[in-house]
Amino acid sequence: MNAVRKRARWLAPAAVLLALAAVISARAEIPLAERRSGYADLAPDTKAMQDDDTSNPGMLAVLDGEALWKTKAGNAGRACADCHADARVSMKGVAARYPAFEPTLSRPVNLEQRINICRTERQQAQPFASESKDLLALTAFVGMQSRGQPIAPPADERLRPFLDAGREAFSRRLGQFNLSCGQCHDDNWGKRLIGNIIPQAHPNGYPLYRLEWQSIGSLQRRLRNCMIGLRAEPYEYGAPEYVSLELYLMWRARGLPAETPAVRP
Amino acid sequence: MARALINVPAKAKRGEVITIKTLISHVMESGFRHNQIGVRIPRDIITSFTCTYNGEEIFQADLHPAITANPFIAFTTIATESGTIAFTWRGDNGFSAAESVNITVE
Repeated sequence: MNAVRKRARWLAPAAVLLALAAVISARAEIPLAERRSGYADLAPDTKAMQDDDTSNPGMLAVLDGEALWKTKAGNAGRACADCHADARVSMKGVAARYPAFEPTLSRPVNLEQRINICRTERQQAQPFASESKDLLALTAFVGMQSRGQPIAPPADERLRPFLDAGREAFSRRLGQFNLSCGQCHDDNWGKRLIGNIIPQAHPNGYPLYRLEWQSIGSLQRRLRNCMIGLRAEPYEYGAPEYVSLELYLMWRARGLPAETPAVRP
Repeated sequence: MARALINVPAKAKRGEVITIKTLISHVMESGFRHNQIGVRIPRDIITSFTCTYNGEEIFQADLHPAITANPFIAFTTIATESGTIAFTWRGDNGFSAAESVNITVE
């Protein structure tokens, strides 16, 4: 009895502290006017590489994706183009709205997962492996149709719990370094980590060509990189935890223009 | 099939210096890396690049293991006459790719 009362006495200040912490973490979010794409932090030569479609290596994947768009696949013998016709029209702005809620799974899916759902259900084909060349190519091709469009996460009430989970994950400390995403990307963006400028971590150019990877890669690959950097164990590709985090990151980057396929160092 | 992106102006004035930019998809596996079980990944690189202008060689390069994946090669030449600019890449395991573009010189 006494112990319970003692705990209750401790709980009240703890609740105040928690509320205070919530206020502080809410204030730590970057104001909309100060948001900027990772493009702003690029060296001039990397900017030039991204700006010219004949020097942007991400365009090689886009060309592969365009060919895949028109290739018939699976038992249904259908190509993406047979249902969606011209991607320049039908896919315009689509990537800027993902991750989106998938009613059959009762959870959000990202663009890669959406493509694989189409592939298994509509084309009755084997899904592409995570991070495979073909999946990245098709995602880059669909993503590029939104280039220049503002990131516009859907205002879907069903996404709210996942968005909240993503926000919570962004501020959760993890790994042996015991750091959260926000400690770098909200609190210290623009400063340097060793020689590199810490970006604001907006996912507005994925899948993107990373010079370090010497290939195109997904946002989940980038998130895995960050987690390994924190000495945390990354989730498996396609894990719902990543999708929630992607959802929050897209919400956080709302309004920024999509740059797919972007180039980053 | 290797995809290549070529950037050559479609039209140029006679005597004008033009920039030619080429980008080709290739893994450029150096041959110095090992996989997760310690087995060396065999070298797979582009070893040579050639550009001809109406059949005459105007640029040639040897490529080596330290060169990045998807090599981007840019160089200049003088637009002398209308015709075809052709590109050839050759490499390990019988790799070969060719592209060509037309240029009009006035």
